[in-house]
Amino acid sequence: MSTTTKKSQNPLPMKERMKVPRQLMPEQPAELRAHNFEEVNLGYDTDLAQQEAMRCLECAKPTCTDNCPVGVDVKAFVERIVIGDFLGAAAKIRESNVLPAVTGRVCPQEDQCEGTCLLSKKVKPLGIGYLERFVADYEQRMGTHILPSVTPTGKKVAVVGSGPSGLTVAGDLIQKGHKVRVFEALHEVGGVLVYGIPEFRLPKQIVREQIEYMRQMGVEFETDVVVGRTITIDELLEEEGFDAVYIGTGAGLPQFMNIPGEHFNGVYSANEFLTRINLMKAYKFPVYDEPMLDLKGRDVAVIGGGNTALDAIRSALRLGARKAYVIYRRSDAEMPARAEEVHHARQEGIDFQMLTAPVEFISDGKGWLTAARCVRMELGEPDASGRRRPVPMQGSEFDLPLSVAVIAIGTSANPIVQSTTPGLGTNKRGYIQASEETQRTTRKGVFAGGDIVTGSATVILAMGAGRRAAKSIHEYLTTGEW
Amino acid sequence: MFKIIDAEFLAPGIKRFVIEAPRIARKQKPGQFVILRIYEEGERIPVTIENSDPERGTISIVVQAAGKTTHLLNSLNTGDQILDVVGPLGKPSEIRNYGTAVVVGGGVGTAMAYPTAAALKRAGNRVLSIVGARNKELVILEREMRDVSDALMITTDDGSYADKGFVTDKLRQLIQNGTRIDLVIAIGPIVMMKAIADLTRKENIHTVVSLNPIMIDGTGMCGGCRVLIDGKSEFACVDGPEFDAHRVDFSVLVQRNSMYRDAEQRSLSEFHRCKTEAATQEPEHAVAVAPTIRQGDQR
Repeated sequence: MSTTTKKSQNPLPMKERMKVPRQLMPEQPAELRAHNFEEVNLGYDTDLAQQEAMRCLECAKPTCTDNCPVGVDVKAFVERIVIGDFLGAAAKIRESNVLPAVTGRVCPQEDQCEGTCLLSKKVKPLGIGYLERFVADYEQRMGTHILPSVTPTGKKVAVVGSGPSGLTVAGDLIQKGHKVRVFEALHEVGGVLVYGIPEFRLPKQIVREQIEYMRQMGVEFETDVVVGRTITIDELLEEEGFDAVYIGTGAGLPQFMNIPGEHFNGVYSANEFLTRINLMKAYKFPVYDEPMLDLKGRDVAVIGGGNTALDAIRSALRLGARKAYVIYRRSDAEMPARAEEVHHARQEGIDFQMLTAPVEFISDGKGWLTAARCVRMELGEPDASGRRRPVPMQGSEFDLPLSVAVIAIGTSANPIVQSTTPGLGTNKRGYIQASEETQRTTRKGVFAGGDIVTGSATVILAMGAGRRAAKSIHEYLTTGEW
Repeated sequence: MFKIIDAEFLAPGIKRFVIEAPRIARKQKPGQFVILRIYEEGERIPVTIENSDPERGTISIVVQAAGKTTHLLNSLNTGDQILDVVGPLGKPSEIRNYGTAVVVGGGVGTAMAYPTAAALKRAGNRVLSIVGARNKELVILEREMRDVSDALMITTDDGSYADKGFVTDKLRQLIQNGTRIDLVIAIGPIVMMKAIADLTRKENIHTVVSLNPIMIDGTGMCGGCRVLIDGKSEFACVDGPEFDAHRVDFSVLVQRNSMYRDAEQRSLSEFHRCKTEAATQEPEHAVAVAPTIRQGDQR
């Protein structure tokens, strides 16, 4: 990287850097935040950020960048923080990441950049996510985005879906001089960033600002378009004059457990529960018209152990739930949620019922949920995922009284685009086939990435796919070769 | 924003809007619907598409005032704008030559039955249509339905127009008269669709109903519109809205549609209170309101 040959700007001698503790993220006190939707983490100030940045060991071969799905040049941006060039740091990140204020908040850094940080061999890893968030927020506060200058190529790209993957493709391609138009099925741009992730983890204002920045760069957005229904991929290519299409339609149909009573009033999919809250602002009823069940004083459980599950149950707590449970069939070690979210949820008083699974929902006889019948599990031999398989324990059944249950066990492929695009190859689970390297599908000029290719994953993995796709779309548009 | 270029009452509380929506107009097929949101704080509701004109780039929708959103919608007029209209959603009706098709439209459901009846006619079917309404004033699209049907039968609950009775009475008569029926498609209130299903199940007549569960996104993302089909959850927005009537669990549909009844009542009464306080110049046009009809019962 560019910094390896020049002298370090960091005033702290190498051996001193390990002695500086990882700077704590200021956060809203748990007892306070459990009752509001304001952001949990408050962000570093400049002092904390510089203090933390000085811990960087400036590795000759930084693994943090290798482990970042979009390849952020961590060492270079951290060095700019050290010297106080925060806008330069933001510009450095933006070279490879169009949504730094988002990823700085929602990435599972412990599995990526921070996971292999050299510091973590002895002490805690560098707070890369916190630093990324700091520079993105700093840039926003200053209101001085550095807009890249580009030469128009005359090529047009349609992006289907305005979630993290589609936004990444749009941001990368507009900087290459291509015209980009993003189609969104919902009435608001942002995909899972606006309907899925709650305000307390990712304020919607942040998402709007990032999108506004993309508009300033020239990206066009069209909402209320369900590609596959309102217009087809073929029509985009043949009639609307797009030279390439990127499909980033995201996580699909919510999965249910197929246990008795799932249709009772009070049983939600996590997608519906979170959409009502985040997109439709049902918690502000009757100022907003979309209703949701009143959770005040009620007992609520979420089934599942991922980030979506925690988002749902922590939202329920904020809406006044008396008891808020996570029911997860495996143990702590297997939980796929980000470590920080699990930590925050425990602080807030979420009751984790681990090694537990519902087998049936119970109603009052009039169709309203009153309880979940659960069994306790123990871990057996590893299954196909490499995790130890949960096995029900004989005679362990018990009823957990509940008014609302939220099912967050994953999604399956949404068929709308696939079923209306002849020749678009899918795998046996219905997801779109795309090359892992180029994100090319089986249709010329059509690329795909994110959850509609991989199944449910993370924001940053979807962005990584978007990044690869943008590179390969640019190649295709420049060479015309497929 | 989607501009209203024409608006007229078809019956008390039932209004037809012609809306500029060129993309939807080009793609709409019988059996499909749109989801709309009127203003920033508004909810998303599914609404019937009655017709479309791809040349003009317009669709027409038919709305019955039931909850707050539909009352608000019906107060809009030519020149007003609707914030969001998305569609066409759902799978289109399966149109082919079945032989003889009976098309049943109940109340505002007639607006959705009409394009399907027209398409079935064009496909060469003998189309026998039955339209039911509570009373004479609420019979809609009579002329349109007559134009696309080989025979049109009308019933009113109170006998104020045509024959007194229910649509099921007419269907039963057809069956008893030995009319050969290859398909029944019924669109209307859940109780009506259930009654039709019960009747044709015994006769083993293939029957299709268009379901109207609570819905948010309409693209398969939220799962709120799940209906129980042969004991399994299916999504009305991507797997439907039309389903084999004999496989549908109607009682679960009724139960799930009642989920927000309290909130809906509250919204509606606050809306009426606000309007009463605001209305000083013109007296409110009297509309027939069925307070137990959900806003989602638009289709």
